[in-house]
Amino acid sequence: MAKFEISRRKFLTGASLGASGIMLSGCDAFDSQLSIGSGLRSFLENANGLTYRAQRLLAGRDALAPEFTEADIRQPQRPNGVTAPDDDVYKGLLANNFADWRLEVSGLVEKPLSLSREQLQNMPSRTQITRHDCVEGWSCIAKWTGTPLSLVLDQAVVKPQARYVMFHCLDTIDRSLSGDIKYYGSIDLIDARHPQTILAYGLNGKPLPVENGAPLRVRVERQLGYKMPKYLYKIELVDGFADVGGGRGGYWEDNGYDWYGGI
Amino acid sequence: MESVARSQSAADPGASASNDKTLIYRQSRWTRLTHWLWAISLFFMLLSGLQIFNARPQLYIGKESGFDYNNTIFAIGAENTNAGPRGYTDIFGHRFDTTGVLGWSGPAGQETSRAFPSWATIPSYYDLGTARVIHFFFAWILTTTLIVWFVASTVNGHLRRDLAPRLDDLKRLPQDIVDHAKLKFHHTREYNTLQKMAYGGVLFVLLPLMIITGLAMSPSMNAVLPFLNDLLGGRQTARTIHFTVMVLLVGFFIIHILMIVAAGPINELRSIITGWYRTDPPAQDDKPVERSA
Repeated sequence: MAKFEISRRKFLTGASLGASGIMLSGCDAFDSQLSIGSGLRSFLENANGLTYRAQRLLAGRDALAPEFTEADIRQPQRPNGVTAPDDDVYKGLLANNFADWRLEVSGLVEKPLSLSREQLQNMPSRTQITRHDCVEGWSCIAKWTGTPLSLVLDQAVVKPQARYVMFHCLDTIDRSLSGDIKYYGSIDLIDARHPQTILAYGLNGKPLPVENGAPLRVRVERQLGYKMPKYLYKIELVDGFADVGGGRGGYWEDNGYDWYGGI
Repeated sequence: MESVARSQSAADPGASASNDKTLIYRQSRWTRLTHWLWAISLFFMLLSGLQIFNARPQLYIGKESGFDYNNTIFAIGAENTNAGPRGYTDIFGHRFDTTGVLGWSGPAGQETSRAFPSWATIPSYYDLGTARVIHFFFAWILTTTLIVWFVASTVNGHLRRDLAPRLDDLKRLPQDIVDHAKLKFHHTREYNTLQKMAYGGVLFVLLPLMIITGLAMSPSMNAVLPFLNDLLGGRQTARTIHFTVMVLLVGFFIIHILMIVAAGPINELRSIITGWYRTDPPAQDDKPVERSA
């Protein structure tokens, strides 16, 4: 029976060799195959499509994100990303307290719209206390007030061939050789018509502050924060997004994030 | 199908060279296949998971992250000191200097502020989006594998025969602990008590808890299973549990590898690759047995 036993020294030598092998393997070995467009990465990205279909199947159209109580609001909503747009157009609108700002609804709609802040605020509103989950991993609970996006879509009358809602924003998030890149993003019509998807102009009982996206931001409560653009000025109904920006459906998507942000 | 220790049969041509009865078919193809799928999945999930953690290297208790109040129980970061930048790790308010590994690491002269070091993350550079792509791809593989394993092990009797706890396991536990501490291993068809506890703990507690806490972090799943975060103590607590289970799985992995090295790596590896395992000869048989095949 002693045949299988090994000495402590052999054991420790073997163990430390094994451990150092793992350390030395390093993790830059996979770097080169993971850039956007590479075959391996595109294959791995299929999992996002699977997640999207599975979660749509489970959550359906109307399952609601959890809502919280006033007692759960323990701090201001944490701002992230661009918190003070440096764009002249935006600064001009802000100087006038957004009196000249309009929300444009265009693309595949029967009746394109141009709505002022007052017009939006005169529509029926929804107030919800929800948890904002950032893709980075943090969460923050706040109370949002806004116009249900479905009401705006109904007013514009969406054409049957429309598949996505594209949000265009006033803030420059990045600069490239071909010019400034303004934030943009897209969601499908199921989330666009979800009862909790609102165009928010109020936060914690006050007008939406600049750092959180004034005058208008999107809330898509079953997805992560990067799917909820701030500083909104145009909603475009489209049947695809291959020819917009990098073709992946949003600024962060063009930089490697999955289009579906429900996980 | 492998319920008895067969003598060499047509199923294993390689065994016909010897006619000793110590070589048994121990691991079914399902056990072997799922074992390696888990090994690959967990490798990629760990390294992409550490990359994801680097985007927010703090853990909180509760529904949300405290920015205006403190519910942080764990944090990795970097700070400037008189001796230059240092990496630190805070655990329940106690600060440890972890320069070189956690918080501040990199090649000499090119250190950067990052929670987990470059060698422990995929990709090696900071890239949250790519890490998420990898993490969720292997999450599907890992979960599917766990379901396949559970069904196969129920059908082929692996669960009942090898993993189900018995009264006898409790009786032999003290001796088992002593034997393991002395690195004295008995090579038998059956798992010993500590093995049952370790494998059962990973397969029935840690991996399911990992999947549940992972799902609890998904905003869409919160709409499907709104009670999940209430049970777990909030989304940020779920994230903290997810991280803690990762630490436990890494602990399991280290012990698992050490035990394999100590118990005879060739025999152990052969059994999880081919299924065939050399057991100790019967006690009365005193002839030496070759260590490896």
